[in-house]
Amino acid sequence: MANMSKKKTPMPTQPAEERIHNFCEVALGYTEEMAVDEAFRCLNCKTKPCVSGCPVGINIPAFIERIKTKDFDGAYEIIRFASSLPAVCGRVCPQENQCEKYCVRGKNGESVGIGRLERFVADRHNEKEDNKAVEIPSKGKKVAVIGSGPSGLACAGELSQRGYEVTVFEALHVAGGVLVYGIPEFRLPKSIVQKEVENLKKMGVKIETNMVIGKTLTIDELMEDYGYNAVFVGSGAGLPRFMGIPGESLKGVYSANEYLTRSNLMKAYREHSGTPIMKGGRIAVVGGGNVAMDAARTALRLGAEKVYIVYRRSMEELPARKEEVEHAIEEGVEFRLLNNPVEILGYKNENDPRDPKNGFVTGIKCIKMELGEPDERGRRRPVPIEGSEFVLEVDTVVMSIGTSPNPLIKNTTSGLEVNSKGGIIVEESTCATTKDCVYAGGDAVTGAATVISAMGAGKAAAKAIDEKLSE
Amino acid sequence: MDICTEMKSNMYKIVNKKVLNPTVMLMDIEAPFVARKAQPGQFIILRVDEERGERIPLTISGYDREKGTVRIIFQIVGGTTKALSMKDEGEYIADFCGPLGEATKTDGLKKVLIVGGGVGCAIALPVAQKLHADGAEVVSVIGFRNKDLLILEDEFEAASDRLFVMTDDGSAGEKGNVCAPLKKMFADGEVFDEVIAIGPLVMMKFVVEETKPTGIPCTVSMNPIMIDGTGMCGGCRLTLNRDGKRVTKFACVDGPDFNGYEVDFDEAMSRSRMYSDFERHEYEDSCNLFREVK
Repeated sequence: MANMSKKKTPMPTQPAEERIHNFCEVALGYTEEMAVDEAFRCLNCKTKPCVSGCPVGINIPAFIERIKTKDFDGAYEIIRFASSLPAVCGRVCPQENQCEKYCVRGKNGESVGIGRLERFVADRHNEKEDNKAVEIPSKGKKVAVIGSGPSGLACAGELSQRGYEVTVFEALHVAGGVLVYGIPEFRLPKSIVQKEVENLKKMGVKIETNMVIGKTLTIDELMEDYGYNAVFVGSGAGLPRFMGIPGESLKGVYSANEYLTRSNLMKAYREHSGTPIMKGGRIAVVGGGNVAMDAARTALRLGAEKVYIVYRRSMEELPARKEEVEHAIEEGVEFRLLNNPVEILGYKNENDPRDPKNGFVTGIKCIKMELGEPDERGRRRPVPIEGSEFVLEVDTVVMSIGTSPNPLIKNTTSGLEVNSKGGIIVEESTCATTKDCVYAGGDAVTGAATVISAMGAGKAAAKAIDEKLSE
Repeated sequence: MDICTEMKSNMYKIVNKKVLNPTVMLMDIEAPFVARKAQPGQFIILRVDEERGERIPLTISGYDREKGTVRIIFQIVGGTTKALSMKDEGEYIADFCGPLGEATKTDGLKKVLIVGGGVGCAIALPVAQKLHADGAEVVSVIGFRNKDLLILEDEFEAASDRLFVMTDDGSAGEKGNVCAPLKKMFADGEVFDEVIAIGPLVMMKFVVEETKPTGIPCTVSMNPIMIDGTGMCGGCRLTLNRDGKRVTKFACVDGPDFNGYEVDFDEAMSRSRMYSDFERHEYEDSCNLFREVK
């Protein structure tokens, strides 16, 4: 019998007042009972509108049917067929804009909690230690994957399953890309990413850290001197953007990348960490995406007294995942919407240039905005209200207004072309670049986007590489 | 060639360690991939061990492509450099990544003035050596607070056509700062193709001011706070005054060398002190001597 409840089975979470003092995961995951209950809300409709919303085309109704019969291994197999990182995507996909957006149940009530079910199935699988390595006959060909973020990991997994010898090159000291340096522990525990990486290693994928391709080695060298038959570039969108307003070089102004990297990757969140970070006090995070939410909620956990999100549009346009916004509000983050920074203010003791407080942030001057005519993408353009400037007193400002692709690889690879924004030019269906046997996907191509779309590109590239090398 | 066997599963061994003065130490680290590509002016990023999470940049002060080792010379200024200094020959460090940044441009230079200050001399040396080997005339000025802090004098002697050693108190070489010999040479009308200054920010600022009236190009090497070294964090940003505009650059990918006439030194100095409180506490906490005094 279908479960006709209009609401999703609630997700157990750590209470807000507790979780703002720790970095443990906020959403705790469904129990078996909850998962089965939620699965019965799925009507298993023939048209499967949800599947069309999934960037990697997971057969969603089929895996949910398996949950109904408690065949959780069967459910995992179905998801795994299409997705390389189910435990990750179940947590970080913006489901409300993807699969769940098209769910029939959503027309009258809440959609089926597809993301939550995916997470349940993946976690249940990962708890078991029987991840046996399957022997795959080698094709005797080598592929280099640059970057170990979502697109790189997906591409490596797929190629390895197809019998290629895969080496993943990572610039940082640990594999996972944005999944480890960017997304905080409380949203995506690092043990989950590690598990996925371990699974790849078991399949025979080699991971080399501290290798900056473009510097330590170039793509041309990988192919000419080291015998790699093809290369996949999944180097991500590296360079943080700043607004270009006065005061951005003051002490206490961070890019979100730096702030989150210090906390996540360099472990500043631990009590006796050797990594410095400005904590406590008042902090403004500029931007409205997932990264901004991550930075704001990290700040709370590091002990900030007051955390603001400063965003130039309204709640409706806020691009962050709905659940993250809700969690941020519950935790006490204050949203200053329709506010746009115009200047960051700093301390200056005119009488004493040696005053150690000189040059530290004291506030952020914003102007109020109103929504005007829609822009070319249909979003209403924010327009400043003249004379409405005001100052928010803060000690720290985190700029979270996006990133652009890193030019390191482009600058050192002959024949690799990029577009005006710095994204690598590819043929959409195959991810083939302008250089023979070199493929690219993820943020390095599109600029900042989602984990799942990057993963989808990694898989598509793997397929194309297989076809190319089988010629 | 197989990369994975060559990498020896990412182990970076300290094959040589030498104390140059009470706060400055030299280490040769086994890192064949870095050694193969390293150029004067480039830097590496290291992490001492798993527990200490911090990644720090250090400029390369030498390399042996055959042995596959890279030389770093560092001053003990904070928790991480302190921890590094405690490691012994034969031990390993967790991570060693590079070579990063752009190499110092030396092509076509026939006569160069190299100015090194303090531990910055360790970075200036390979530049002097490269120019010397390429047949350029090299005049070096190296400055220190006192005799005890003097490093690399013999090496500079060997790589320079003329060498001036300066100390603040006159305990070695001549008394005075590095600008004194510059003043004299410029007053005597001596001309160089380029002045390359590497050292504390305040020293570089004064070298730039001293050189400016001569119109000789002046390159400085910036060594700001940095995390990834690949352009990702933006923590190393600095401001250039270029054609009346303020331009933001990242030292890790656009530098570390910059046109000294464009750099906003006051801002860079302010930014370099962002964590000075934290570092002082870290350093003092790590040292029993300080702890007992407190």
